[in-house]
Amino acid sequence: MLLGKLTLAALPLDQPIPMIASCVVALVGASVVALVFIKGWAPYLWKEWITSVDHKRIGVMYTILALVMLLRGFSDAIMMRSQQALALHSGGYLPPEHYDQVFSAHGTIMIFFVAMPFIIGLMNFVVPLQLGVRDVAFPTLNSVGFWLTATGALLVNMSLVLGEFQRTGWLPYPPLSELRYSPGVGVDYWLWALTISGVGTLVSGINLVTTILKVRAPGMSYLRMPMFCWTSLASNLLIVAAFPILTATSAMLLLDRYLGFHFFTNEGGGNVMMFMNLIWAWGHPEVYILILPAFGIFSEVISTFSGKPLFGYRSMVMATMAICLLAFMVWLHHFFTMGAGADVNAFFGITTMIIAVPTGVKVFNWLFTLYGGTVRFTTPILWSIGFMVTFIIGGMTGVLLAVPPADFVLHNSLFLVAHFHNVIIGGTLFGLFAGYTFWFPKAFGFKLHEGLGKAAFWCWFVGFYLAFMPLYVLGFMGMTRRMQSYDVPEWRPWLLLAAAGAAVIFVGIVLQIVQLVVSIRNREFLRDGTGDPWDGRSLEWATASPPPVFNFAVLPDVSGEEAYWSIKERARASHRLSDEPDYQDIEMPKNNPTGVICAFFATVMGFALIWHIWWMAILGLVGAFATFVVFAWQDITEEEIPAEEVARLDRANRASRRARLAELEAATVQR
Amino acid sequence: MSVAHPVAHAHDPYRLGHGGGHGSEAQGHGEGGPPSKRIIVGYGFWIFLLSDIIMFSAFFASYAVLAGATAGGPGGKQLFDIGNVGIETGFLLVSSFTCGVASIGAAARKFWLFQIGMAVTFVLGACFLGLEIKEFAGLAAQGDGPQRSAFLSAFFSLVGCHGLHVTAGLMWLLTMMAQVLAKGFRADIMRRILCFSLFWHALDIIWVAVFTVVYLLGVVR
Repeated sequence: MLLGKLTLAALPLDQPIPMIASCVVALVGASVVALVFIKGWAPYLWKEWITSVDHKRIGVMYTILALVMLLRGFSDAIMMRSQQALALHSGGYLPPEHYDQVFSAHGTIMIFFVAMPFIIGLMNFVVPLQLGVRDVAFPTLNSVGFWLTATGALLVNMSLVLGEFQRTGWLPYPPLSELRYSPGVGVDYWLWALTISGVGTLVSGINLVTTILKVRAPGMSYLRMPMFCWTSLASNLLIVAAFPILTATSAMLLLDRYLGFHFFTNEGGGNVMMFMNLIWAWGHPEVYILILPAFGIFSEVISTFSGKPLFGYRSMVMATMAICLLAFMVWLHHFFTMGAGADVNAFFGITTMIIAVPTGVKVFNWLFTLYGGTVRFTTPILWSIGFMVTFIIGGMTGVLLAVPPADFVLHNSLFLVAHFHNVIIGGTLFGLFAGYTFWFPKAFGFKLHEGLGKAAFWCWFVGFYLAFMPLYVLGFMGMTRRMQSYDVPEWRPWLLLAAAGAAVIFVGIVLQIVQLVVSIRNREFLRDGTGDPWDGRSLEWATASPPPVFNFAVLPDVSGEEAYWSIKERARASHRLSDEPDYQDIEMPKNNPTGVICAFFATVMGFALIWHIWWMAILGLVGAFATFVVFAWQDITEEEIPAEEVARLDRANRASRRARLAELEAATVQR
Repeated sequence: MSVAHPVAHAHDPYRLGHGGGHGSEAQGHGEGGPPSKRIIVGYGFWIFLLSDIIMFSAFFASYAVLAGATAGGPGGKQLFDIGNVGIETGFLLVSSFTCGVASIGAAARKFWLFQIGMAVTFVLGACFLGLEIKEFAGLAAQGDGPQRSAFLSAFFSLVGCHGLHVTAGLMWLLTMMAQVLAKGFRADIMRRILCFSLFWHALDIIWVAVFTVVYLLGVVR
């Protein structure tokens, strides 16, 4: 009773693969913790990172979480590809109940704990810098949001060791996910992990919407915001409008499973298709939550490395907001086969196709930005060009799937799997890698190794085509998704090819890890002292790399689009920087452990609820509430940075800008 | 601003984005830089309330879908006691008024007006909750709990979700009373009082929708 449903039988002692995997994870985790304590880094990590309310550090932590989870999600992918490569006329090496968990975990992890934290991490890091302000609207809530996301990731990974993960696919479709057909804890792991991390995402969405709409530098009107801020605004508006639906839907399924309600059950008048409608009313906007910020990253990267302002800035804003609105009008295309009738299907088919129009506007704007520019072929722009080629293919197969009769044929086949990987990898992930390379020197003060970055890009690019183009073919050949084994020999060569593609992507990931290690070891050589390594155009490049905790010594006064570019032009025209400002004391929020403690209790509560340990769940809830009250009781929440310190840091930044200006002028004279 | 940055002015002759032409110099519209904390906090809390209303709308939608799915069991007409709900509604609406009185007390820094206003709000909110629990317990006792049919599942979830919000609101209310008692009307506490009163009024608005969609339509149907 004391431990609910939790017994020793929850350990997968009879299954070697999860057992070995969890042992390896535990070993790596334990050695990291041991290293932290032996080296005496623990106090530093606690004071400067874990309890940090600095948006830049929280952004970096989000990104690290995403990169670590990418390894987990990718190992699932390798398992699926190798299983299907082997499983002709045989069971392969993964039994069905394990294979089902693998593909469910792969989707869940890649969407919720790779793409989402990566996106939110970059937005957190970049948006306040681009807006020219010192912080986000709600720094402590920001930390709460991050740690709740980490809680969700932790719970999902716990299912590897204790119990099982869900076997329903990445979304728990009822009636399969109802208690009668999924009596284990797998679905509960998903529901609680996603509910808790969903609250974290919502908090971060509210924070960024408020930041972008309310907290901007003087003169930074809406139509002067960099494109990435616009796409972040659209994405966060979608978070605020869509994630509550996910929370409500999860709550309904939880009530079905825990208290015998009849929302989605077969009996008692429950309505299964209501789940599909609700989950996709969240799920389709979620697709745009992921892709819109990537569009913003490409806009920044392409404009910077073409040495030109973004072509058609205003049409880009219009296109972004149009996609934001249309995102809520297409959800039914995820289940054309529900039988809603020709009229309904036609309506949603057409709205889906309409989305291609603003997206097309964007693609042409990027092309025209490149056109006539002096393009520098760095790693970020390679990702951007790779994206344009790949994403257009994915977009076109999407328009094909938007035609209901075609969808009836291709529905649930590998064609669909190929399509959404085509847009998520070719769109979101390529964008995230472009942004990661682009803003890495801003975060750490040194660039990533270019050669290894390019090699990693080419492996990902080629590997992607090898891995996913065969899936289109297989979809046409009638292979449905999520097959643990099959008896059609004609499929085999294509599946082998796809497995080879996954291997090439694997090489790409290894190269990215090597790139990170090599870059850290050679950081003195790759150091960028100017704070503006790419000759950037927006305000994040106006401050030092890494930026001081207060970002800007004085808030910049924005007088046009491309705020930093105009500052640089003014300096070039007048052969000097603007006058040294009048430095003043700066108040910044003090670091505090509210977020991490709150997430600790949320983890306790989520774990207890999954295993029906009721006393522990109550303990977690009370603890989380008490944490907030204690936080509210604090008297001093801010600390002051004295003007002399601000001046010292900013003078160093100004000196490097002055040196850079002199360098440029000397070069012009020589020419 | 315009005096301090003559260079910027030269590059921005019409002061676009600084409120020139059509806007105001009001802060927070991008013209004058970030606004005061009170405005930021209030604005952010509005965004949260909107998201909360979207969550409710999911429960409303599911109720609308399942309202007829009684699985052979009783419907709203047989179950709802409109008199009881009327009294509940009265409690909640009056509590919104007393919450407003408490806000006035806080704005005027009148300690007792604030505390008494909040205390009355608490009592009214607790009475509302008591009547709701009585209704739920009565339904469950006669075998019409949420497990009976999809209609009742949706009913209990929608109304119960509002009830949970009221419960959270009551805990928040007590925390605010204690905070003012311990620390007085400090700026950050005033911001929290603002958020609390927004929350409490929003619950009223949602209740009006619950009353209409669930009870009134339920009795008519």
